[in-house]
Amino acid sequence: MANKALTGPFVRSPHTSEISLPINRHDRGRFLRGAAQVGYKAIAYGGMIFLWLPIVLLVVFSFNDSRAVNQWQGFTGQWYGNIFNNIIGTEARFSTELMLHAVGNSLFVSVVAGIIATIIGTMVALSLARGHYPGRRLLDGLLYIPLVIPDITQGVSLAMFFMIAFGFINNLLGLGANYGFGTIIVGHVAFNISYVAVVVRARLAHMNPRLEEAAYDLGANGWQTFWRITFPQILPGIIAGWLLAFTLSLDDYVVTFFNNGVGTTTLSIFVYGMLKTSVTPEINALSTLMLVASTVLVVISLGMQSQFSKR
Amino acid sequence: MAVWLTSRVRRHNELLLAAPAIGWLALFFVVPLFLVFVISFLTRGTGGTPTLPFTLEHYDRVFTTFSSVFARSVFIAGKTTLICLLVGYPMAFFISTRKHAFTRGFVLFLVILPFWTNFLVRTYALRVLLGLEGPINGMLMGTGLIDDPIPFLNTEFAVILGLVYGFLPYMVLPIYASVERLDRRLVEAARDLGANDWHTFWRIVLPLTMPGVIAGSVLVFIPAIGAFVTPDLLGGVEGLMIGNLIQRQYSGNGNLPLGAALSTVLLGSVMLTLMIYTWFVTRKGGKNGQ
Repeated sequence: MANKALTGPFVRSPHTSEISLPINRHDRGRFLRGAAQVGYKAIAYGGMIFLWLPIVLLVVFSFNDSRAVNQWQGFTGQWYGNIFNNIIGTEARFSTELMLHAVGNSLFVSVVAGIIATIIGTMVALSLARGHYPGRRLLDGLLYIPLVIPDITQGVSLAMFFMIAFGFINNLLGLGANYGFGTIIVGHVAFNISYVAVVVRARLAHMNPRLEEAAYDLGANGWQTFWRITFPQILPGIIAGWLLAFTLSLDDYVVTFFNNGVGTTTLSIFVYGMLKTSVTPEINALSTLMLVASTVLVVISLGMQSQFSKR
Repeated sequence: MAVWLTSRVRRHNELLLAAPAIGWLALFFVVPLFLVFVISFLTRGTGGTPTLPFTLEHYDRVFTTFSSVFARSVFIAGKTTLICLLVGYPMAFFISTRKHAFTRGFVLFLVILPFWTNFLVRTYALRVLLGLEGPINGMLMGTGLIDDPIPFLNTEFAVILGLVYGFLPYMVLPIYASVERLDRRLVEAARDLGANDWHTFWRIVLPLTMPGVIAGSVLVFIPAIGAFVTPDLLGGVEGLMIGNLIQRQYSGNGNLPLGAALSTVLLGSVMLTLMIYTWFVTRKGGKNGQ
């Protein structure tokens, strides 16, 4: 004990603090340390509550028996009922119909953009991990651009690009090309490629390159080596990359806003429009359902990943 | 000879693998950014579309008329980053000091999960929460702390709160990663040499987790300075940011070249931030390497 107390510049002994005045620097230090211990935990808990408070509010009010979204009027399952009735087709309310249509558009855009970005992103990740060609650093830089540019800059520049490109093509070829699902998906893929590449590269970095060399030595060609050796190894990375791309795409408002066309209203665009006019409680019910669905999805994917790592 | 041949063939294959990404990013990212740069020097034509001749008038307006909005955007993004850091660091530290791997995973999951709710829906929930008849005002009035509801909405405060809410996980995750990487033996060594918690934190833990702090700050600052949904839905006139100005140039009676000039200056400030970041990181890296 004495030995330990003498090792440092601050002599810490329980006896000195007990008999000295409260002004004593050791006491003050102990008090500060205690406060810091309590304080940082309070901030951590506070931060967590802050992140969840709006979500809890959303879920609670999805059961509120009132069209007003800020006063509790009693319990109802009506808003969920509306959504289910609309899906089954027993009852078609126009506003609910529009909302579900927007969800459908969002899912379509996110799935397609996610798949395209995952294929391209996985390819470029493989290329960077295995290739030794000149200009790799430049390609690295190119892949970083979408990660660091504000989405409004991307959305605006892409919209201007399409405006000029469509003007040119339509004049030259007499076509009627315009903004729509195509332009939205192009924009989403453009920002998703980099995220997929980052995730897949992380997975590739953990893979043993000897396995590929062994396959080549045993006479497999590049194609066979990829599908039999590399692909199964990096599959969790590819799935995680797709999931990330899908999520980012589903959540995007800005790029979609600048590049959407007639009849391509996604959920984000729909909610924005609703916030500018009037909000229906169905959106609370829908958000709760989506939260539950995504939680289940994440739990399944985490379970799958741990299964993969066990093998 | 044979080895040279196969390696040559494989090299070509690998470049081919990168081709779709290079093509897509060049055509739909680099070319559009370049176009915006060119358009920013053009004159406003009918309906806001760009026409010749070249002019610098938009940049003139950006740096005079709109300089206050620019300054506000930088301040709002800066305050957002600082608050995210002050809240995010303790959160990351708290998560990484949980004993069981399961608890760490679960708490991390709790931080990320709100992300799976649509960003606009979350912003809307925040608007309900902060509203004059919202739960916070209701609670404050119920307890008798205030007599009249506080108008939280349509203020700079609401914008910063909204941005912190949206980007806090971007700060928590990189810091968490760097605290996880921290060599616990260094902390023990500091303890054995007599340093208290305070000294251990400032001299050992914080410097070693600095890469996470810087990465998190950049990840928060960049989207915050270009934000336009949050100020639009929570800020009103008082919280107007550069993103809102850019968006306005796209509506009915807009001015595309001015929008392009604003975007270019925004991009320039982001690039400057990144250059400072890179300089800081490489300088730190060089120091540690010695």
